[in-house]
Amino acid sequence: MQNQRSLKKAFRAAFPYTIPIFAGFWFLSLTYGILMNTSGFFFLYPIIMSITIYAGSMEFFAVSLLLGSFDPMKALLMTLMINARHLFYGISMLDKYKGTGLKKLYLIFGMCDESFSINYTADIPKDVDSGWFMFFVTLLNHFYWVSGATIGSIFGSFLHINTKGLDFVMTAMFVVIFMEQWLKDSHRISGVLGIAVPLVCLFVFGSENFLIPSMIMLLAALTLIRGRIERREQL
Amino acid sequence: MSFVQRIITITMVVLGTMCTRFLPFIIFRADKPTPKYIQYLGKVLPLAVFGLLVVYCLKDVSLFEGSRGIPEALSIGLVIILHLWKRQMLLSIAGGTLCYMILVQTIFS
Repeated sequence: MQNQRSLKKAFRAAFPYTIPIFAGFWFLSLTYGILMNTSGFFFLYPIIMSITIYAGSMEFFAVSLLLGSFDPMKALLMTLMINARHLFYGISMLDKYKGTGLKKLYLIFGMCDESFSINYTADIPKDVDSGWFMFFVTLLNHFYWVSGATIGSIFGSFLHINTKGLDFVMTAMFVVIFMEQWLKDSHRISGVLGIAVPLVCLFVFGSENFLIPSMIMLLAALTLIRGRIERREQL
Repeated sequence: MSFVQRIITITMVVLGTMCTRFLPFIIFRADKPTPKYIQYLGKVLPLAVFGLLVVYCLKDVSLFEGSRGIPEALSIGLVIILHLWKRQMLLSIAGGTLCYMILVQTIFS
């Protein structure tokens, strides 16, 4: 009984955080399902892919991989590059995912941009089990994504709503999360770098190729200022 | 592509994605102390990564063609103002998104 009550509590605490993601994911995953449908794939493909891959931009890219010529090495390397940012998420979540038991496997499996953002920043109330809170955030997001892809792939051709611009919900969410973290964080210099470095890389390398150079240069810059930040912390 | 080739391709994408997610947890085991440098990165990376994600969302906005990033700039401005004012996550996100949808469906359509 006690256990069930704490599960309910964690679910109730987690759900509101996932509402904006519901809107954003449904828009994107419906689009993805429709794209798979119009590219001639049987509806089981997007369903299975959205369950097992569960990384938005990668699933869109996988459509073009599947439509091209067979090249498994290219598929693997492209995936590693596009998703390399997950390495950063993992490093940031090492402590938070500690002691979550078997749930940890699923938390890591479902660590997409959005789940990471919420699980890292949310102020989880003291009386709520943080492991279950993060589990429900991950599970709800996963569920939104898969259900959108499923509906898009089956009913895609019948849907006519003017949702133009709805995808901005993701941008707005990341802006808010950045601000929340900015207002809380004492290392604001890393936020300045996080905006400036990718912007410079975007202009230099273009939108297709800027992600990897941005990450390498961010790592380099953060490593360079380590001494200064840690000295300031000790004061 | 044949059915088997498709399955192999999808498997590669799944494998690649899981590598990027599980690797840090495999290298830095919970039962051993995490190196100081990685602890430092765990502290300073998130804010930098959220900045990176914002830029990533806007990567296809062109300043020289189409609407020149004006709807994006106005809507992000509104998100910031709303959030500084009320600090209600859902309100800031919904307000900014609605503003953007109205702009791209009317003035900038």
